[in-house]
Amino acid sequence: MVVAERKPIEEILAMVADYRKILLVGCKGCVTVCCAGGTKEVGILASALRIARKKEGKPLEVVEHTLERQCDPEYIEQLAPMLEGDGIEAVVSMACSVGPQYIAKRYVIPVYPALNTTFIGGSLEHGVWAEYCQACGNCIIHHFGGLCPISRCSKSLMNGPCGGSANGKCEVSPEIDCVWHLIYDRMKELGQLDKLRQVFPARDWSTSRDGGPRKIVREDLKL
Amino acid sequence: MKAGSNLEKVLTSGHFALTGELGPPRGANVEVIRKKAAFLRDKVDSINVTDNQTSVVRMSSLAVCKLLVDMGLEPNLQMVCRDRNRIAMQSDLLGAYALGIRNVLCLSGDHNKFGDHPQSKNVFDLDSMQLLAMVKKLRDEGRMLSGQECDGVPKFFIGAAANPFGDPFEFRVTRLAKKIDSGVDFVQTQCIYNMDKFRTYMKMAHEEGLTEKCFILAGITPLKSVGMARYMAKFVPGLEVPDYYIERLKGVEKNKQAEEGIKIAVEQIQEVREMPGVAGVHLMAIEWEERVPEIVEAAGLLPRPSVN
Ligand code: SF4
Ligand code: SF4
Repeated sequence: MVVAERKPIEEILAMVADYRKILLVGCKGCVTVCCAGGTKEVGILASALRIARKKEGKPLEVVEHTLERQCDPEYIEQLAPMLEGDGIEAVVSMACSVGPQYIAKRYVIPVYPALNTTFIGGSLEHGVWAEYCQACGNCIIHHFGGLCPISRCSKSLMNGPCGGSANGKCEVSPEIDCVWHLIYDRMKELGQLDKLRQVFPARDWSTSRDGGPRKIVREDLKL
Repeated sequence: MKAGSNLEKVLTSGHFALTGELGPPRGANVEVIRKKAAFLRDKVDSINVTDNQTSVVRMSSLAVCKLLVDMGLEPNLQMVCRDRNRIAMQSDLLGAYALGIRNVLCLSGDHNKFGDHPQSKNVFDLDSMQLLAMVKKLRDEGRMLSGQECDGVPKFFIGAAANPFGDPFEFRVTRLAKKIDSGVDFVQTQCIYNMDKFRTYMKMAHEEGLTEKCFILAGITPLKSVGMARYMAKFVPGLEVPDYYIERLKGVEKNKQAEEGIKIAVEQIQEVREMPGVAGVHLMAIEWEERVPEIVEAAGLLPRPSVN
């Protein structure tokens, strides 16, 4: 899933400093799962903003709402009644950064992101998430025991560990596992070490961000 | 001859090769280079010029290599994958050849996180293996990675680094084999202090027939003090400094530690020289170029061979 985390409250307060009434919109998708932007977090942020502004003597009215998803125009449409009339001056989105872009595309109103969209990952334990994929657009993890050297090696190396790999840790930090060490152990376990002997040639990054913004068209799904 | 560099000639004619290293200044001071180069003149067969080593901005390796060429010295252009994509790297390679540079050392590069610009966006379009395959393609096929034909083919003697002490240890020889498959001509290793481990590594490489397929130069870095030894042991990832060296340096007076460090380096050179498959030494006297002459002298490696 997309993993995101909330921006510091000071940054969000600065974004909305000039407004008296805002709409704070959450999302029930990925950001609910990673506890960054679901109904609960909308409630918490709304109160925090109200309290902070009250202290400043410039009260802020915050309308709370959470959509099924913000990466789909169908759901964004549901905000229309709230945004037409009612005096809302700006929208703060608590979705991944697709959400605020979709809202901005549909409505003529200032939109602010309350989250930092961080990576595609999974949860390791309660409250801990880690990056597993960089969406390179051409998955190759089957060559590496199901582990991704593109996103999980600090240098995206494809042909084995760099000289900085020590005791299973990455040269960048003792907090980071060297994925190449994990790949080696896993391939050994699978009896497939010989597969790592081949040289992987230079990658075609055009399926990645380097081909410009990407788009998928599924003719079979079009109406 | 693939490129006809001095280093290639020395190695292929069977001499025990000796390469040195020059770290460019953190600025535009050409004097620094002249000074460091003077210590290395006639003492080594080729001089590696580091490429923004430890991710710290320094004068361009390419520019410094050209300065060395102008001084009549032979450079070895280090190139890391961290800062440039394949377009920029190929462009620099073509330029380097045009300027008279004949040796290239292909490296992944240290991660930018620890340098002086940790906020930078790194590249890693290629890894070191892919970089050396690219240099080989330029040289042997006269083609760029794209397949585009070169108008004028850059003939390089191609090098790579190897770290026998990185983990997992068993994969290190495999990685060397992969570098050979990718087209490496010579390999310079990370600084060696743990001789036993290096001996095991060389034995494994030798048994796999790898030492016949490329020239391996053992990396030696003289220790200046017990402080430096401790620092290397603790903070340089993938480098092992056994306790007995630390103890040995601790055992001598502070102002004699440098001498002791040099003694150790000379012993190490003699030791690696005895190992089958070691074709030379890469002497990395980090910011200590002025001591290179006495080390080389004491190791009995002078005069350097002149091969035509
Ligand atoms: S190979 Fe690409 S798509 Fe597959 S996990 Fe890694 S980054 Fe994601
Ligand atoms: S230590 Fe491992 S994870 Fe870190 S950059 Fe090197 S190979 Fe990649």
